[in-house]
Amino acid sequence: MADPIKIYPPKPSHVYFYATCLIDMFYPDAGMAGIQLLEREGIKVIFPEDQTCCGQPAYTSGYHDEARAVAKAQLNLFPEDWPIVVPSGSCGGMMRKHYPSLFKKTDQEAKATEIAARTWELTDFLLNVCHIKLEDLGEPTTVAMHTSCSARREMGIAEVGPRLIGQLQNVNLVEQIRAEECCGFGGTFTVRHPEISGAMVSEKVDALTDTGAGAFVTTDCGCMMNIAGFAEKNNKPLEGQHILSFLWERTSPTNGGGS
Amino acid sequence: MNQSTAEDPHHIDVKEFHSRARAAIANPKIRQNFRKAMDGLITKRKDAFEGWDLEALRDLGANVRLRALANLPDLLEQLETKLTANGIKVHWAIDGDEACRIVRNICVARNAKTVIKGKSMVSEEMELNHYLEERGIEALESDLGEYIVQLAGETPSHIIMPAIHKNTGEISELMHEKTGTDLSNDVEYLTASARLQLREKFMNADVGVTGVNFAVAETGTLCLVENEGNGRMTTTVPPCHIAVTGIEKVVGNLEDVVPLLALLTRSATGQHITTYFNMISSPRKPGELDGPEEVHLVLVDNGRSSIYQDDELLDTLRCIRCGACMNHCPVYTRVGGHTYGTTYPGPIGKILMPHLIGLDEGRHLPTASSLCGACGEVCPVKIPIPDLLVRLRQESVDGDKLNPAKIRGHGAKRGTVEAMIWKGWSWMHARPGVYRFGTAIAARLRKLQPRQLGGWTKYRTAPKLAAKTLHERMKERGQ
Repeated sequence: MADPIKIYPPKPSHVYFYATCLIDMFYPDAGMAGIQLLEREGIKVIFPEDQTCCGQPAYTSGYHDEARAVAKAQLNLFPEDWPIVVPSGSCGGMMRKHYPSLFKKTDQEAKATEIAARTWELTDFLLNVCHIKLEDLGEPTTVAMHTSCSARREMGIAEVGPRLIGQLQNVNLVEQIRAEECCGFGGTFTVRHPEISGAMVSEKVDALTDTGAGAFVTTDCGCMMNIAGFAEKNNKPLEGQHILSFLWERTSPTNGGGS
Repeated sequence: MNQSTAEDPHHIDVKEFHSRARAAIANPKIRQNFRKAMDGLITKRKDAFEGWDLEALRDLGANVRLRALANLPDLLEQLETKLTANGIKVHWAIDGDEACRIVRNICVARNAKTVIKGKSMVSEEMELNHYLEERGIEALESDLGEYIVQLAGETPSHIIMPAIHKNTGEISELMHEKTGTDLSNDVEYLTASARLQLREKFMNADVGVTGVNFAVAETGTLCLVENEGNGRMTTTVPPCHIAVTGIEKVVGNLEDVVPLLALLTRSATGQHITTYFNMISSPRKPGELDGPEEVHLVLVDNGRSSIYQDDELLDTLRCIRCGACMNHCPVYTRVGGHTYGTTYPGPIGKILMPHLIGLDEGRHLPTASSLCGACGEVCPVKIPIPDLLVRLRQESVDGDKLNPAKIRGHGAKRGTVEAMIWKGWSWMHARPGVYRFGTAIAARLRKLQPRQLGGWTKYRTAPKLAAKTLHERMKERGQ
């Protein structure tokens, strides 16, 4: 599933920031938080203006010509050999794991493979490439974490989020039961099989609520939209936040000042 | 959930899947039975692999299966030659019907009226019991789970634990009603009652039918894994034993069995070894006191050779039928095995059944997954199940020019409207200027955003567009 061998590069001078369409449209604060965390580590962040979407929605729905057309438009956005960082296990997984097979037997195969090899999920990059040291400036709090299935199984980074949060001395991280179970998002699965997806997210919200934390953080906006959206609709006392926003807010003296 | 009796599993459609899923999700007893059972199996598997280098063992298992599949035609020939030399008669069946006819012809030639069966999913695939009974031959299941399912007139809801959808109370009521046992929650009493009834059948059966876990080509050995001793009885007491299996179950030699067996029992039931491991190599030899006079092996294709033609789909045939994928599947756990309406439920069913029944009949199967990857993560022979689900989704909408579809019933799911939506989506996202303009306009008009988004808002609030896109914020920042 995940790459058998992952070789982290030395800390670079520059990175390309690939925001993902969900962050672009729905959670730009999480994107800004990620950029500011990288900049605080002394890295110059390049935001390619022509980025749109990695193509995953069409890919997992079986429309591979359509996915390829969109993915192809992303391949030329990263001309220098700097790492590409993605604030999502899911979109990162699409680029790192699925781009090579999507472009197999095409003119772009070599390019797609090269891009895949330098794509990193952002929290993984902060911890294992930047060796970030976080200083907690926030009030004592308790939080739960939901690691997305793609972060866990495609990117192999289930331990990264807890280790980053573990650096925050005033944060008590609590574990939900069946932490490794899917929240029921899965893109178009939520609308093709609404009852099954609904049953899954309902139990996930219960598991997170039962921790008593009242809030959870996650690496992926899809899961967050799903879990927090269910909690809101059903009046459950559970708030969701992207892990990057959480980390930035707790460690920034200006408390998440944005741009 | 009692939908399986009247239905022919070969006539399912997407609407029935959805209605069955809805019914199962709304049924607290079904939800509870499956959740409890699956939680238990997950824990047992985990404990059983404690202290093992599981990744290395899975690599080994995957390689053994890949090697066997790479040499499949040769190994099958070698198996036939060796079995024939050992006195076991080999038959080839192109599909389930032919396999049923072969079994029946053997029964007719022996004037057999009663068949006792060990557990076999291939015989479920063939619908053998039904076929034989229609032709006046009684077929009785001797595996306890299968026995319960047969009493209830149902089909298995799990490939390893056929009656997992029932709790002890339900089984007690069923046995009371059908066989006159006392109502009891004492599992030992219920098991003993079933054993008593089966024992007599074993003694009188004319033919025993079982499946095969591994067919070893080099030695001509049929390996059968079981816990209840019913497999041992079925293969030794009746005068004739017929084994039925899929053509993919062959492996090269006995050494190949070792890692596969280690993986199979631990992945399936969390056991280090099953109570019985039968190795069948010939009929009764002169001077031997027991064993059948005749042994047959029916090798069933039923769609497998067409899977074999495709380098990617071929991985489907690695499966050793442990059921770990369904035990770990969040969808299977919610809807149970009967919802699928197929012989093999759960993740393995979703990638295997479309080949057996066609993508038109089975078009609901590949989409009923969040692609969470739990199945692929636990598969003992590393079948990339999520990737195969995506491939089948692609086949069922039949639009990829690079990998033109090949499976029977391909393109069955392609709808004009859906295809146009994806074309439009692709057009916009492949044009950065159009995308930026469109998303910025959407952000401006976010107050007009629809509050109802079909299946999404049935359970969740609609996601809220931000006032400004990240693109706009970065532009303002001067980047």
